[in-house]
Amino acid sequence: MTALLSVQNVGKRFGGFVALDGINLEVQPGERLGLIGPNGSGKSTLVNCICGTLRNEQGSVHFDGQLMNGLAAHERTHRGLSRSFQLPRPFPSLTLADNLRIPMLYTVHHRNGTPLHADNIDARCHELLQMVDLEKKARHLPRDLTQVEMRKLELARAMAAEPKLLIADEAMAGLSHSEIEDILALLMRLNESGITVIMIEHIMTAVMAFSQRLAVLVSGKKIADGKPEDVVRDPDVVRAYLGE
Amino acid sequence: MPLFILASIVVAIVIFILMRLPGIEYLFVAGYTIVQYIVLSTAWNILGGYCGYVNFGSAAFFALGAYSTVTLATFGLQLDELVPESMAPYFHLIFPLPIPVLIVIGGIVSGIVGFGTGYLTLRLRGAFFAIATLALSVVLATLVVNWDFVGGSGGAYVVRPGKFPGLGSYMQYLFLLMLGLAVLSVVLARWIERSRLGYGFAAIRDDELAAEASGVPTLRLKLIATTLSGALMGMAGAPFPYYIGYLAPASAFGLEYAVNSIAMPLIGGTTNWIGPVIGTILLGTLQQVTTVTISSAVNVLLVGVLLIAFVIIAPNGIVGLVQERLRARRQK
Amino acid sequence: MDFPFELLINAVVAGLLLGAFYAAVTAGISISFGMLDIVNIGHPAFIILGSYIAYYFNINYHIDPIVTCLILSPIFYFLGTAIYQVYYLSFEKRGQQSLRGLAFFFGVLFVTEVLLLLAFGVDYRYVATSYIGPSIHVGFVDLPLRMLVPCIGSLILFGGLQLFISHTFTGRAVLAVSQDQLALQLMAVDPIRIKRIAFGVSIAVAAMAGAFLIIIQPVEPSVGREYIGRVFAICVLGGMGSMPGTLIAALLLGVIESITATFYGPSWAPAVSFGVLLLTLAFRPSGILGR
Repeated sequence: MTALLSVQNVGKRFGGFVALDGINLEVQPGERLGLIGPNGSGKSTLVNCICGTLRNEQGSVHFDGQLMNGLAAHERTHRGLSRSFQLPRPFPSLTLADNLRIPMLYTVHHRNGTPLHADNIDARCHELLQMVDLEKKARHLPRDLTQVEMRKLELARAMAAEPKLLIADEAMAGLSHSEIEDILALLMRLNESGITVIMIEHIMTAVMAFSQRLAVLVSGKKIADGKPEDVVRDPDVVRAYLGE
Repeated sequence: MPLFILASIVVAIVIFILMRLPGIEYLFVAGYTIVQYIVLSTAWNILGGYCGYVNFGSAAFFALGAYSTVTLATFGLQLDELVPESMAPYFHLIFPLPIPVLIVIGGIVSGIVGFGTGYLTLRLRGAFFAIATLALSVVLATLVVNWDFVGGSGGAYVVRPGKFPGLGSYMQYLFLLMLGLAVLSVVLARWIERSRLGYGFAAIRDDELAAEASGVPTLRLKLIATTLSGALMGMAGAPFPYYIGYLAPASAFGLEYAVNSIAMPLIGGTTNWIGPVIGTILLGTLQQVTTVTISSAVNVLLVGVLLIAFVIIAPNGIVGLVQERLRARRQK
Repeated sequence: MDFPFELLINAVVAGLLLGAFYAAVTAGISISFGMLDIVNIGHPAFIILGSYIAYYFNINYHIDPIVTCLILSPIFYFLGTAIYQVYYLSFEKRGQQSLRGLAFFFGVLFVTEVLLLLAFGVDYRYVATSYIGPSIHVGFVDLPLRMLVPCIGSLILFGGLQLFISHTFTGRAVLAVSQDQLALQLMAVDPIRIKRIAFGVSIAVAAMAGAFLIIIQPVEPSVGREYIGRVFAICVLGGMGSMPGTLIAALLLGVIESITATFYGPSWAPAVSFGVLLLTLAFRPSGILGR
């Protein structure tokens, strides 16, 4: 079986600071991968290198059999790589429906090679907003949303690009218990519909409930990768989390 | 959309007919300036209002159009000295170039410079683009001042024919051309707003990183915007030498172009095609009145003060104020 | 053969004197644009305002422009903090600094220029002091005092600023603001207060630069526009907010301008700084000392 995402020996420096040091990571189609690590361990940098927001100086990223190095972020999105941002970044002057319209107009349109019909776009917007329980606010601006609704909009927008792989970057930080359940259920449903999901998270209960496999980053290095229950017992991981 | 084009043309024709009725030539002289600013402010807004990138160099793009015309007009006058004798008759067939052709050429020149400036600086943060456009005005002005072919710092005369067949005065012809350009730019702006391009521009304005992540090719779209915006400004500048009769660097690169083309959209409202039009009509009329009754320095001061007041108090301009009012009423 | 060489040396020396002054002019922008990320394109307007106030007191009360501006700089400091407060509340807080914040400073630049125009007219204004006129001669090199005094003053000012930034708590906090606002908040320092102070300092520095400017050259209201290109060219070339970089870039630009003016004529001078700026932005946006 060929991997959907294959990260080989990826390295990234900021000046003298080594943010990523030779990361290898493979994700199979349909998999649910959890990616954890302390603050500043390089999780977000890795996501940015995979998605093309940052350029890795070293190593390669393959997605769906294609080399991603040198492709701009939007070209990677066109090929089926979607992400949500750690801090939600909605388009503040556009309504919720129009927020979702952007990836449809630019990614789905580009992939199909033909313009989408206006009715199809409206129907799809409605469907996505319904999926995240925001259909009543379709005509509102993002400033009217609560914290959890903002996270949902972020996920819905990533989904509007109809990705093969979704990277959810701390989609649950700062949410209440029931809200976490909400988002978790949403991600599960997406995975059941065939989308591969990488979840980056601090909330261990959520990661453990969600992940089929768990990878751990510490100071720019991957120190563990395997079954979640094995990984959390790994002495290196325990040491990294609890201190020496 | 076709309805909107038709409506704009009808409005333009009605304006033209109404202005002819009193038989006052000065109406066309004053009207030309206002209509020219509709083109400039709409052009500025395509990049500034829709994409969120500030262009301080409107004067440079405008002057590029004007100086393309001066260059070609001067070339036309000196044909016999500049062109080999055997070729001269062919050149005489096409020179002097008609103004609509000059408008197209001015647009192409400014569009290319807009593209080049964008290509060099749009990968950087937005502020750098703004500063680069400011630099562009000064560099171009210095080049023109040192280029004797177009008159250098002394300026150049362009002879305006007295009559235009069918319309009477040549000024009316120039006005009509500028009115046509205004229709073109407003139709273009409105089309962009409702198209896929417009959504992409709005995404760039709101959050470039998120736009990229949604699949928007941000650099390409920004280049489209700078090229279109620059080209329209150049087109607005191309007939200017014929309007003014004598073009000096100081008038072509005047700071008032940069200020007005920023102030008019920001005062009218930047997210909608009607905003720059409203801003231009209000500010343009006000300027015509204050220039005549008080002094041009006071009129410039007024624009500056209004600009500061509006960006602080009414960030979305007059259109924004109206929209807020309507929204508040609807939610009651 | 002898003649161009002497001319060249004189041009270089004049350029270095000018460059030191440019460093003082740019210091304010290096703080506001380089460190605080506030694109204050209105900065030159405050310099010109300083020049005119120095002119006013010089003509009417025969006060030395440097003395006037030393007294003036605390007032400019408070003016700066007030402007930052307006900027923060109206633009930064609403996240609208990139479009409307820029337009705001553009308006400030413009309004100041026109007000000066209405108050003083379009004529060039200059000051009268004992050190305007005489020169020191070292061999064939001319050192006009009207250049030397602002040069020394600028270097003192620049050194003082460098000390402020590297050796005081507030100064280091200013540097921190440019890198990590969150870390500052964790140290219980209000980043907005730090930015307000730093912006005030940048405007206070503009007052001093204004005094030097009117000693070096006669001033008219629109002179400020020429300085926009210069200060941003130096700031970017110097690596955005690095004080040593700013000084090197300023000296470099001063020399290039002086040589251009000497050998190609002063009408090309305005294009030099802007041309350098365009080239820097296009090919070396991280500045001469950048990575």
